[in-house]
Amino acid sequence: MPNIQWNIIGIILISAAITFTLRALPFFIFRGNRTMPVWLSRLGTMLPSAIMAVLIVYCLKEVPQTITGTGIFQCLAVVVVAVTYKWKHNMFLSILSGTLFYMILLKL
Amino acid sequence: MKNNKKKMLYDAWIKSLPILFSYVFVSFSYGLMMQNAGYAWYYSLFTSLTVYTGAFQFVLITFLSSGASIVTIAVTALLMNSRQTFYSLTFLDDFKQMRHRKWYMIQTMTDETYAVNCTIPQNEKNRHKQMFLIAFFSRCYWMIGAVLGGILGQILPVQLEGIDFCMTALFVIIFIDQWESSTNHKPALIGVVMGVICLFIFGARTFMLPALIFTSGILLLIQGKENQADA
Repeated sequence: MPNIQWNIIGIILISAAITFTLRALPFFIFRGNRTMPVWLSRLGTMLPSAIMAVLIVYCLKEVPQTITGTGIFQCLAVVVVAVTYKWKHNMFLSILSGTLFYMILLKL
Repeated sequence: MKNNKKKMLYDAWIKSLPILFSYVFVSFSYGLMMQNAGYAWYYSLFTSLTVYTGAFQFVLITFLSSGASIVTIAVTALLMNSRQTFYSLTFLDDFKQMRHRKWYMIQTMTDETYAVNCTIPQNEKNRHKQMFLIAFFSRCYWMIGAVLGGILGQILPVQLEGIDFCMTALFVIIFIDQWESSTNHKPALIGVVMGVICLFIFGARTFMLPALIFTSGILLLIQGKENQADA
């Protein structure tokens, strides 16, 4: 029997509850009519790309401290992902080439 | 009768093929990254079953291993997954008609199943059954990939140093997709600027929560201004 870390299970369940609530929200709130407040739907269109931008900063948060080592590798690998994706629009190719490129740079 | 059922299964499976390839690949990377962070395949399976949301599951790995506060995790889940509220809104009537399958459809709503379910014509025969099967297949793909990734990570004799970059790559790709599908780049730029400012003010360990709060705060303010300009 594996040794289960219950605090991890707890965090996963909290995340699941939040995600489920968000998915189910329209069924609780907009029972009769489907109109949503204008400000909320405007926020809804703007939020995803802004949050994704913050997440990229989060992924690269160690770059300023490690700019002479792994930091510059990460930046180069991001360039590889962006250029290959702009070129081929193939998610598989871009994730694989960017990640392999980064892993090889770390081994050098 | 039996043939009909087979045909419907087959049709739904064909429609789910694009999801098969992207899901198995991405969740395989997820399982691998989880294993590399010290969480075995059954954690990946459990998360994929209960949370079941692509990008956030990746962020959750780094949160778990860096011991992020529960508030940070909750706010990030809230903001990252809020888009799915808008997906459900599209299928409000459909899901209600699906009765006992309604909750299953709600829980399995993702970017990809939303996109594919949108392509099924309103007048298609067995539309709701197809939607259900596509949702069902997709989550199976996602869980299978996660388990396989975790098991491979367990068998591999070496630690895969740098494998966590696949998360960065995934986010860069989503960012490019979003950038290309939108004419208003202000939100994306605000996100970048606020992220960097908060990183330098608060430091790498704690900047995430203020960055998310400030970014959504500014977006709330400017949507009000744009609203007034329109009126």
